[in-house]
Amino acid sequence: MTRVVVVSAGVSDASSSTLLAGQIASAITRAEPAVSIEKVELRPFAHDVIDASITGFASPRLQHVHDLLGQADALVVVSPIYKASYTGLFKAFFDAIDQDVLVGKTVLLAATGGTARHSLAMDFAMRPLFAYLQAVVVPTGVFASPHDWGSDGAGALASRVERAVGELLSLLGGSGSGRSASDDIDLFSETMLSISDPRRE
Amino acid sequence: MTSMQFGIFTVGDVTRDPIAGTTISEHQRIKNTVEIAKKAEEVGLDVFATGEHHNPPFVPSSPTTTLAYIGAQTEKLLLSTSTTLITTNDPVKLAEDYATLQHLVDGRMDLMLGRGNTAPVYPWFGYDGSKAVELTIEHYQLLRRLWDEDVVSWEGKFRTSLQSFTATPRPLDGVAPFVWHGSIRTPEVAELAAYYGDGYFANNIFWPKEHYIRLINFYRQRYAHYGHGQPHQAIVGLGGQFFMRKNSQDAVNEFRPYFDNAPVYGHGPSMEDFTEQTPLTVGSPQQFIEKTLTFADYFGDYQRQLFLVDHAGLPQKIVLEQLDLLGEVLPTLRAEFDARRPADVPDAPTHAARVAARDAALEAPVGEQVTA
Repeated sequence: MTRVVVVSAGVSDASSSTLLAGQIASAITRAEPAVSIEKVELRPFAHDVIDASITGFASPRLQHVHDLLGQADALVVVSPIYKASYTGLFKAFFDAIDQDVLVGKTVLLAATGGTARHSLAMDFAMRPLFAYLQAVVVPTGVFASPHDWGSDGAGALASRVERAVGELLSLLGGSGSGRSASDDIDLFSETMLSISDPRRE
Repeated sequence: MTSMQFGIFTVGDVTRDPIAGTTISEHQRIKNTVEIAKKAEEVGLDVFATGEHHNPPFVPSSPTTTLAYIGAQTEKLLLSTSTTLITTNDPVKLAEDYATLQHLVDGRMDLMLGRGNTAPVYPWFGYDGSKAVELTIEHYQLLRRLWDEDVVSWEGKFRTSLQSFTATPRPLDGVAPFVWHGSIRTPEVAELAAYYGDGYFANNIFWPKEHYIRLINFYRQRYAHYGHGQPHQAIVGLGGQFFMRKNSQDAVNEFRPYFDNAPVYGHGPSMEDFTEQTPLTVGSPQQFIEKTLTFADYFGDYQRQLFLVDHAGLPQKIVLEQLDLLGEVLPTLRAEFDARRPADVPDAPTHAARVAARDAALEAPVGEQVTA
């Protein structure tokens, strides 16, 4: 079964990021009822995330979330935009995961902000982060500002969600980047081979 | 003969005592280190190992100087390092310094090689930190030859070539010091240890055991691959840390301010979470014994157990008390580890045993295998 993990970094109660995450999750279920969806709110893990940034390892409960990401086929990641970028909690969470956990996984980007002027933060901050992690990032990102939640903008937001989810499912149906995280140690790298053969160049 | 060696290893940090609010001098730290090593012998420990660092707040930049000084004041204690920097030291000087130490202390030494993890250190010694793994491999291959071959001609990438060079003094009894390789995340180092049949050490201090199991198992498999024995016969060493008092609540109360302000994990997770998730024990001697014995369940039977005791600004008096407590539980630890140890797991390496194994191999008829 295809597994999607929805990660939301919203921190207020009734957070608009969590609301947006829910809308995207529902759109996935409508389009593909067989997909299994798990939702992760980062707020309850805030202390664990900061501890991990100090100690270099995840607490058992945070490790459980990392394992969920590792088992997922795709991620939906949602962050509020603060001060022109994703929140510190959002970044610290992804800083603490193993380097190759997201390799080859399909990632749908979504964000919320106080005005539509923040929307490019998705493309200038979030997209490079997931490019670095070697994920396959869905071309359409979903940004929601206060305007989108009102009656005027709701239709536009819904259609952006539909479009992004359509792209996500299409990518999931293909071969993606053809890569995934590997736990194997490469015995045949140049440096590895030079250990038993010192003359090797 | 000791089947398993127990000892202590020091990082050599000068850290502010958060209770007294004072920081000792470098001079005092160096003198304290010597006193700690002598105390280790007094309480019955087998090994004392010092780190090597070239930046404050650490003092031990010259391990063989310190170890030779300690060696002159001890009789049985095996002197080692944790770790000797194979990356930024010239292998020629390493071969000479450690062979000299080996002669001075009559073979009562070995060494543990490590990369060091501080990028700015490399250029201070003329090296490029981005080449750490390549430096480790090339330097060790040269060090090996300088000890094992009387005359060496050599060419490599990272130092000037050698023509018919002989490193002096030659190793004691013609047997080089035993080498451990310390690493927590670099498969190449585990491979290097496995290829040469050397020991592999995981510091086992700051992270959950899962982080160490993978590379130790990889080393054991590769040790067997290169024909040195079966995987469970590979030579493994582990670190560990503890704070003990007879009454476990006393240990918790007394250590907490040191834990909360410790340079590595301070101001992060609670001491309770950290002890739950990592090899650290803060509690009674019985709790310490129980947790330490689990190490063999996770990593297999092993040869050397070193503990970090003098850190986080703990005053010297407390460190010495901790060593007394460690000495008291030592007979139990030895007996319990020996009881679970299969007969075909090798003893911890010593100079005398390695000389005897070499002599046995020389006397054996050609083509006959002799296992050390």
